[in-house]
Amino acid sequence: MHRPLLIFLLFSVCILSANAAIEVYQFDNDSQQERFNELSGQLRCPMCLNSNLSGSDAPIAADLRAEIYEQILDGRSNDQIIEFMTERYGDFINYRPPLNSGTFLLWFAPLFLLLTGLLIVWRMGKASQLLKPTELTDAEQQKLKDILSSQK
Amino acid sequence: MNKRALLIIPGLFFIAMLGLLLFGLGRNPNMVPSALVNRPLPEFSLPGLKLNASAATSLIASEDLLGGIRIINFWATWCPPCHIEHPYLVEISEREKGVSFIGVNYKDDLDEARLFLEEKGSPFEKIIVDLDGSLGIDFGVAGAPETFIVDSFGMIRYRHVGVINHQIWEETFAPVISRIK
Repeated sequence: MHRPLLIFLLFSVCILSANAAIEVYQFDNDSQQERFNELSGQLRCPMCLNSNLSGSDAPIAADLRAEIYEQILDGRSNDQIIEFMTERYGDFINYRPPLNSGTFLLWFAPLFLLLTGLLIVWRMGKASQLLKPTELTDAEQQKLKDILSSQK
Repeated sequence: MNKRALLIIPGLFFIAMLGLLLFGLGRNPNMVPSALVNRPLPEFSLPGLKLNASAATSLIASEDLLGGIRIINFWATWCPPCHIEHPYLVEISEREKGVSFIGVNYKDDLDEARLFLEEKGSPFEKIIVDLDGSLGIDFGVAGAPETFIVDSFGMIRYRHVGVINHQIWEETFAPVISRIK
């Protein structure tokens, strides 16, 4: 096969797969569209571990996008939709998980690590200040000179 | 506090992190905790699948599943792992008399589904048709196959993602079933 043709075909395959996740949804207004984008960006695809609903080709992600669309048109609020999803798929589905006993570590471990790090840096700063050479007094300076000259 | 004691802290911290990461490494990342375990069955009323295409279909409702231990299996003919687990489901459904198997034909072609069951046998006492996957969403299903154990009060007691084989049945399903019997 000709090389240019082959390259063209390879690129067209890429383009096709990139478009696979895009359905056309008609909204009544821009704010609905915005909420749809926000929700499908914030909710995680339950099948693919590290991709949100808008970025996933998995069939379940398409189904959940359709579900979000239907619920937005039904006039349900973002919180209601997130609650609907969490009831079925657990906190896992939310990239912004709520604060509870199970997610406590997730929320506060970074803060704890940051504070520990700051504490260590602060203590190291203090320790290095203690090691700084201090000025000698005149008497000590004289004594030092005496010692050095007596060594000669 | 003396300086030497403080030196232990980074060491302890390192060991704690190592332990946490090793623990995380041993966990299966596909084991997403189910939000539905220990919650009642979602309410539904959906058509049943009859092996004879011309037979009248009747609705199956969530209340119809009460009164015994049910194994609810989401499957489809387009799902390769479902083909793999099917013979074992047929085998175990013949062996396990205390539980009944309910199939949910998930987003499938009904003619293909009938053909599949005619050829390979059906482990299911009832088959619910979920054409658009909405029952799947209510069960928190991410894809087929997924299997739920439901007790006689209609409470979901266990969720399994992926193929069921002899080992998984003996190690995870059998203990749950004997506990809720």
